Order: sequence, then C-alpha cells, then structure tokens
Amino acid sequence: MDKMPKWADVILTPLISLILAMAISAIVILAIGESPWLALKTMIDGALGSSYGWGYTLYYTTNFIFTGLAVAVAYHASLFNIGGEGQAMLGGLGVALIALALPWPHWSLALPAAMVGAALFGAAWALIPAWLQARRGSHIVITTIMFNFIAAALLNYMLVNILKPAGTQDPASANFPEGAHLPQLTEMAAALGIEWGKNTPVNITFIIALIACILVWLLIWRTRLGYEIRALGRSEPAALYAGISPVRITVIAMLISGGLAGLMAINNVMGEAERLVLNAVEGAGFIGIAVALMGRNHPFGVFLAALLFGFLYQGGGELALWTSIPRELIVVIQALVILFTGALDNMVRMPLERIFLALRGKGHA
Amino acid sequence: MDFATIIQILDSAVRLMTPLLLACLAGLYSERSGVFDIGLEGKMLMAAFTAASVAYATGSPWLGLLAGIGGSMALALIHGLASITFMGNQLISGVAINFLASGMTVLLGQRIFGLGGRTPSLTDGGRFGEIILPFADALRDVPVLGPVYADLISGHSILVYVAFLCVPLTWWVLFRTRFGLRLRAVGENPASVDTAGVSVTRLRYASIAICGLLCGLAGAYLATGLSAGFVKEMTAGRGFIALAALIFAKWRPWSALFATFLFGLLEAIANRYPNLDLGVITIPSMFMNALPYILTVIILAGFVGRAIPPRAGGEPYVKER
Repeated sequence: MDKMPKWADVILTPLISLILAMAISAIVILAIGESPWLALKTMIDGALGSSYGWGYTLYYTTNFIFTGLAVAVAYHASLFNIGGEGQAMLGGLGVALIALALPWPHWSLALPAAMVGAALFGAAWALIPAWLQARRGSHIVITTIMFNFIAAALLNYMLVNILKPAGTQDPASANFPEGAHLPQLTEMAAALGIEWGKNTPVNITFIIALIACILVWLLIWRTRLGYEIRALGRSEPAALYAGISPVRITVIAMLISGGLAGLMAINNVMGEAERLVLNAVEGAGFIGIAVALMGRNHPFGVFLAALLFGFLYQGGGELALWTSIPRELIVVIQALVILFTGALDNMVRMPLERIFLALRGKGHA
Repeated sequence: MDFATIIQILDSAVRLMTPLLLACLAGLYSERSGVFDIGLEGKMLMAAFTAASVAYATGSPWLGLLAGIGGSMALALIHGLASITFMGNQLISGVAINFLASGMTVLLGQRIFGLGGRTPSLTDGGRFGEIILPFADALRDVPVLGPVYADLISGHSILVYVAFLCVPLTWWVLFRTRFGLRLRAVGENPASVDTAGVSVTRLRYASIAICGLLCGLAGAYLATGLSAGFVKEMTAGRGFIALAALIFAKWRPWSALFATFLFGLLEAIANRYPNLDLGVITIPSMFMNALPYILTVIILAGFVGRAIPPRAGGEPYVKER
C-alpha cells in the first residue's frame, strides 16, 4: 500500500517544494536589500499584466515545454538527459540549414521541413550518448554534458567559418527568407480582428508545443512503446525478462528526447530570431530539467511548470529593467526549484508520509 | 617553435592545469566514496567569488583563500545533505548547485560591488604572488635545465605547488591509510563497510568535505592567482573539464596529474595559436577547446581502455532495518 494518497504525491509535494524554493528566494531578495513583495508585483505586472507580457511569457513557455518534455521522456526510461542544451543547439543548426537551403515560398511548406530538420539534428546529437549508454555502459549524464560542450564548439565553428555571410562580423547566419516567416500569434489574433500581444515573439510553435504535450502523453501512457519505455525505467531486469530490449528502448527514448529538445529551435530560431545566432538556446535546455522535475515528468505537469518558468523568465527580465535586482535571480530560483523538487525531494516527502501514516492509523483505530 | 616558446607554453599549461588538478582531485575523493559530483563547477565558482571578495576587502589573499574554502564547503554541505542525509539524486543535486553558484555569485556581486557581477580588480597585495625558488636567477643561464628550473618550475603562486603536492598526498591517503581504504570501500560496497561497524554517512561526509576544501583551493586560485579578481562565470566549464579529466584518469590520483596536464596543455596551445596551422590542415581553436570533451567521450566509450567508475557511485546508501 502506498504511504500517501496519490493526490498528495502529485500535487502536495511539488507544491510544498515550490513554496520552500520561493520562500528562500524571498529571503535572498531581502538579503540583497530589496522587497520580495515589490519584486513579485513587478514580475506579475511585467509577465502577466498585459498582452505584451503574456506574449513573451508564452514564447518562453514554448521553449521550456519542448526541453521539459525532452527531459521527461528520457526520465521515464530512467535516463537523465542533461544534453537538452546541446540537442537544442543542434536543432537550431538543422532549422538554419533547411531554412537557408531553399527560397521557401510559404511557411506552411517551410515549417514541416524545418521541424524535420530540427528533430533530426537534435535526435542525432542524442544518438551517440544513447548508443554509448546502451552498448558500452558509459554514463549518459557525463556523455550528454560532454556533448553540450562539443555542440557549443561545433556551432561556434559553423557560424564563424561556414554560415556567416561574407563581409559581416557577427557570428550569425544570414537572415532566413521571407517565406520561412512563421505566423506570430499577434498576426493570427489580428486576422480574427483582435489586437493582442503586439511586438511579441510568441508564434505558431506554441500551438505545436501544446500538441507535443498531448502526443507525448499518448506515447507514454497509451502506446506499446511508451509501456516499454516505462517498464525499462522501472526495472531493467524485469523489462529484459518481458522480452524488451534495453538497448533498443534506451536508444529510441533518447532519440525522441533529443528530437523534442531539437524542436525547440522552431520557436527560438525560426519563430523569433529568423536567423541562427550564437547561444540561441540561452540555457533553456537546462531549465527543461527544472521543468520536468517540477512537472513530475507528466506532460500536463510539464506544461504548468513551463508556464511557471515562462512567467519567471519574462518577469525576471522586467525585474532587471525596473529594479536593481539582476536577472540572475531567476537562475537562483531555478536552482532552488531543482534542489527542492529534485534532490531534496525526500526532505519534503518523509515528514509528509509520516503525517499521512499517522492520520491513517487514527482512522483505523 | 624554439625552446623558449616551448617553455612558455608549458609554463602556461602548468598555470592552467592547476585549477583543473585541484578540482579533479576534489571529485576523486567524492566519487571514490560513492558520491557523484557534477557540482565541481559551481563550488569552484562560488569559491572564486568569495575568495576574490574577501581578498579585496581585507587585502589578504590568505583570508580570501579561507573564504573561498568556506564558500565551496557551504555548497558541499548542501550536496551532502541532499545526497547522503536525504538520499536524493546526486546528479540533480549537482545540477542545482551549479545553478545556485552561477546565480548567487552575480546577485551578491552586484549587491556588494555594483559592477554587474564582477569584483573590483585585485591589486598585488590581494593576490598570491609568484614564488621565486632559490637560485632561480643564478641558474637561468645553465643550458636547457636552467630555463626549465627558472621559468617553468619556479615562479608560480603557492597554490600551484600545493596542487602538485596534493597528488602524492592523495595517493598516500587513499592507498596507504585506513581512512583511504575505508573511503574506497564505501564507494565500492558500502554495505560491507557498514557491517564492519564503520559509519557510511560519516565517511561520505568526510570525503565531501575534502572535496569542498579542494574545490575551494581551485576557485581561490582562479580568482586570486590566475587572474586578479572575480568575473561572472569565470570558471567557464573548468569544473566539467576536471570531471572529464577524472574519468580520463579512471579515478586515480597520478593519472589525474597527467590528464589535467594534457587538458591544460591543450588550453595553453589553443590560447597561443587560435588557429593551429599544421601545414596540411588548419585546426580551428574551437576544436582544441572541444578536444578534452571529445577525448573523454572516446575514453568513456571504452575504445582506449575502459573507464569503470566506483561501483556504488550515485547510489544513496540505505541502511537495512
């Protein structure tokens, strides 16, 4: 019998962890001589107080949904993919190569092609660590960390030596053709006669991200492959006994994970910058870890956590603009969320379990 | 390439390998006791910040060093709490510690100094000076060995020599003392150590404290030896290169010396020749920067000798009841 009811496990523990993380963040803000209340108000105003704020919040949310789903899928196979950052970088390279390869006539053609490029490049970057884990037993955490650095070097090389148009100084690719411009939500709202989110980068990728959440849910809980992934994640010997090949499932789970991380590039490279720049990912790959942990590796949880981090990201930018609190506050909050929901999980869970056991004991007596 | 240039590159390699070596040995203690540590980077960064801040405020690099060790130890304690006491995921804890250091250093730096996360530059009094070994100047004119002694071996800050001394010391502690035997045992088979009546928890906390201490030295060296002050993200992935070196060295102290020297040398060469022209092909600096990571992946793949981590690494020890 479980020690805790399911709702407590799914909702209560992450909520308490989040409250702890926020409380410590408030103490940090106090320690640097600012008001946590004012900071929170500035963040809410800046991120949720206007359609402009929402536009940016949802743009960041889109990034984090993809990287969060990437971490979550791998986690179900009990693989810890820290390589989302590198996989998303490579995804950006895939998008750029495809967007620049043809004079795309219309986005409806460019988008599917770029999605294939993004997913393929991201998946390819996850393939080697996956294969090494499955076949040679090299720890996937270490190899994906190494691959993040290799990706950064590769991207730097590609941008400086190959993709940079002649005569420019900026290590960035040429601008994508007009036809590769993705519809912004602003434009879509305007077509319906609504004025919403002017000058914000949120685009059609947000809708694709929502679809990705549903597809990942279907994959994990409604398909044979998802079952095999979860079985492997729970117990490798049991999976082996059930005729599931650990090598095959490890590689497939990582390919899906890498592909999802790569797909993030549709949002930031094709949807926003419309060219490939250095450090386009801006740490979103790492935030995916916090998002997946917070969201308990469930697509709906990932969506909520991504929204939370989207809010923190946009709010943090506003904070840096209007107060003397640097943007890096968000990094601290992110660290605390990872710490409490991931590493110190038992610190919250153990006392809770004790409380529930005590309550249950009373009920029986 | 003449002899003087080679000496210069080697000298630069020695300076660059020092933080790697200290961090690598730090990771060695932790991982040998069965606690994975991908938070070396964060601990170094925090140490660099606290060391630079205190060295600036007091004008003493020694007080800075103490502060550096303190900053690093605080994070090590969090790692211990998460991975030993609360039996959490050690990798996730390491990730959190890296972000915590990355954010807190800028937040505190901006609050205290208002320079966008930098500390003010340290003057000579706040830094570790170069130690000129005896007779260095007198022996400089001796062919070959003279420059090696005067320019390569002599003239580093004290922490460089400390780092090198830590290698035999670590070897001795791990392989010649009872503590070392237990530490290695607890990383391979904690249950047996527990059965023998030795506390797994206490041993792992001890090794994590040593890890914090050495990361503190590494960070302090970065901020008060190698450079003059702290800048945002100044570790720049060195903690991960140290981790790579640890795997490359297969968790052994002497091999750690060679691995970190190799990686330090690569960095020194990349710094000196941004685009290395080998006649046939030109190697871009990005490749040189990525080489430690690529080499580590190859080692991990087991194509050049297999790297097998301590068996109980990453597993929290649950005492049976």
